[in-house]
Amino acid sequence: MIAQDLRPLPKAAMNIESDASDPLADAPLLVRFEEVCKTYDERSWVVDNLHLDIRQGEFLSLLGPSGSGKTTTLMMLAGFDAPDRGRILMDGADISRLPAYRRDMGVVFQSYALFPHMSVAQNVAFPLNLRKVPAAETRERVREALALARLEGFEDRQPGQLSGGQQQRVALARALVYRPRMLLMDEPLGALDKALREHMQLELKAIHKQLGITFIYVTHDQDEAMTLSDRVAVFNEGRIAQIAAPQTLYNRPATRFVANFLGETNLLEGRVISNAGGFATLRLEEDGSLHHARCADTTLAAGDSAALAIRPENLRLASGDEPAVAARVIDSIFHGAHCRLRLHMAGGSELSMTYNPGSLGRPAPLPGEAVILGVPPQLAMILR
Amino acid sequence: MSAIALPPSLPVVARKDRAALWRAYGLLAPLVLFLLLTFVGPIGTLLWRAVADNELPQALPTTARALSAWDGRSAPDETLFKPFVADLREASPRDLAALARRLAYETPALRSLLATAKREVAGLDGSVAAMGALDQRWLDNATWQTFKRAAGPVGSYHLLSAVDIKHDYQQGLVNKDEAGLYRSILARTFSIAAITTLVCVLLAFPLCVFLDRRTPRTRNLLLLMILLPFWTSILVRTTAWMVLLQDGGMVNALLMALGWVDSPVHLLYNRFGVILALVHVMLPFMVFPLLAAMAGCNRLLVQAAYSMGARPLRVFFQVYLPQVLPGLAAGALMVFIVTLGFYITPALLGGPADQMISFYIAQFTTGTLNWGLASALGLVLLVATTLLYLVQAHLARRGAEGVKR
Repeated sequence: MIAQDLRPLPKAAMNIESDASDPLADAPLLVRFEEVCKTYDERSWVVDNLHLDIRQGEFLSLLGPSGSGKTTTLMMLAGFDAPDRGRILMDGADISRLPAYRRDMGVVFQSYALFPHMSVAQNVAFPLNLRKVPAAETRERVREALALARLEGFEDRQPGQLSGGQQQRVALARALVYRPRMLLMDEPLGALDKALREHMQLELKAIHKQLGITFIYVTHDQDEAMTLSDRVAVFNEGRIAQIAAPQTLYNRPATRFVANFLGETNLLEGRVISNAGGFATLRLEEDGSLHHARCADTTLAAGDSAALAIRPENLRLASGDEPAVAARVIDSIFHGAHCRLRLHMAGGSELSMTYNPGSLGRPAPLPGEAVILGVPPQLAMILR
Repeated sequence: MSAIALPPSLPVVARKDRAALWRAYGLLAPLVLFLLLTFVGPIGTLLWRAVADNELPQALPTTARALSAWDGRSAPDETLFKPFVADLREASPRDLAALARRLAYETPALRSLLATAKREVAGLDGSVAAMGALDQRWLDNATWQTFKRAAGPVGSYHLLSAVDIKHDYQQGLVNKDEAGLYRSILARTFSIAAITTLVCVLLAFPLCVFLDRRTPRTRNLLLLMILLPFWTSILVRTTAWMVLLQDGGMVNALLMALGWVDSPVHLLYNRFGVILALVHVMLPFMVFPLLAAMAGCNRLLVQAAYSMGARPLRVFFQVYLPQVLPGLAAGALMVFIVTLGFYITPALLGGPADQMISFYIAQFTTGTLNWGLASALGLVLLVATTLLYLVQAHLARRGAEGVKR
């Protein structure tokens, strides 16, 4: 494959809506997965015909439930696994069979993988020693890397003497000290507690900004992916369900899976009446009401079954002239910043709605009360 | 292992808990009793035999006291002869026979010398002239040194003999005349054990790497095949090797049928046959600790090293090997120590030059009835083994501080 062929694939083919909020849309391509397949048991594909373009300098998260193929994708990128079909290109060259030690990538593992028989400084110096960097420069670069990871003064400690967060910083310093092309992270914060995890997220983001190299981050934590990333690739059953900037993923999910995996979504089943110009009309099975809402999937035709998707925070209590559904309040829960209502529709479908108690403009609904919920067409989605 | 070690907290054992503790120990009582009766007792007795030297004090009690007073350097005189003659008159033939056997270990000629003295004891008065007239050797310093070394009741004669050294009262510790007989046997024992260990390591390492990479199902099946010979009687296995390896055996028949050799190759009654059978017996002892170490090895460290640009050889020596080294050392030590004490296999498959120390211990115990030397050789083996174990334990502890978390 020659370099000029490496234009990003047409976005329609990848089921991506064009996205004006993506700041790295024009960044040059660094890595491309082409029709990559991987199986471990010869029966099912762990990674199934994967297309993925990684851009220079971006922070890309691979998000998905366990077994969705995200870690396998990362392992193939790192060179620990080879694809069974397809190929992986880096700067236009096929690296599918290139051994890991020739790929020039930094890898950070969930369990740190520090060498237990070496001190912190020796761990960080290890990749430099492999590259025969002179001793004085090694000392300087180890010092810089430890400063970047905010670990000054820990040089002579043994890994076993450090907390989980400190060990992960050492791993990070060790993976960055030789200035790799990319930094690959496999759930690096998974073993840390919540407060430390959030703190480390901010630091990771700052380090990414400071260094400008490409970060690939595997996680099953949607909040983490949204907080950190320029783009998030949502994996499901070995394929990418959607890849986009976090706001786009949240506001314009392409599939039910994405809508449910990122945040909470009410899904109401129905049948498509019409679909044109980015909007579709759907008749709900529940009560036969007609709903007009955004629809990015041009393959949905009249008569197809689909779902109306609306986030709990986008449902409105005061009904205007917009489409609406009738429901009965089952339960009301006070969360402090917001309140949550659990509602049942007449046919048994369950709905969830959140609202800000201060800006409701009417008395809070009580359990047992019948309400009309407005579904704003601009905020609802029709998904296959 | 964390270097920040918390100070060990003292266990708070209440009186009630203490009673429970003693009841728990009580459950061990039958085992402790069994071990005392069948292991500690016999081994202790055996070790006592290595230093006990009571034939002479039994037969010639006053001579034994006189010999202790004698410095061993001056010429023997009447201070020794008089009690000797007096004791000789009283001594029972049975005690004298035991003493003669004991003295003959060192100087065979003393057996007849002593017998003659007993026969002629009526004409002896304990003077220098009478002893000289009986036999000039009675005036010889060397004769009485032999007596002094056997004067007991505790002596170092057998222990020193086991490493071919003699305590000469004029020259100090000197090498015995037999040109390092037992030292060479000991060296041979160690060399056979070392070669066996080395071959086991070389065979087991690739095998364990292979097994480690299989699925648990396949691995267990293959382990069963390694264990199968382990469950067969060692005698059966050894005889099976004899059937296979003898000049007219299956291996030679096959080699000749293939036209690789014209006449049978001697595979039996030499070092080759011994090592082959020993490796066959000992391989499981190597495989299991090594496989456990490999299974417990952190593969992520290997991947991390690769990702940082380390080449396979470096990863193997700097990252993989340090992790499996404790298992490798444990297996190697086990093979080495157990092989040191092997008896049946070399006795059946080896030639005279391939016998290990256990063979000689057995020979002295059941053949020539020199229990003192047999025990001393056993003690030497025990001490060597214990030293090796201590060295390995020290290395393992140092290794554990570095390698294991």
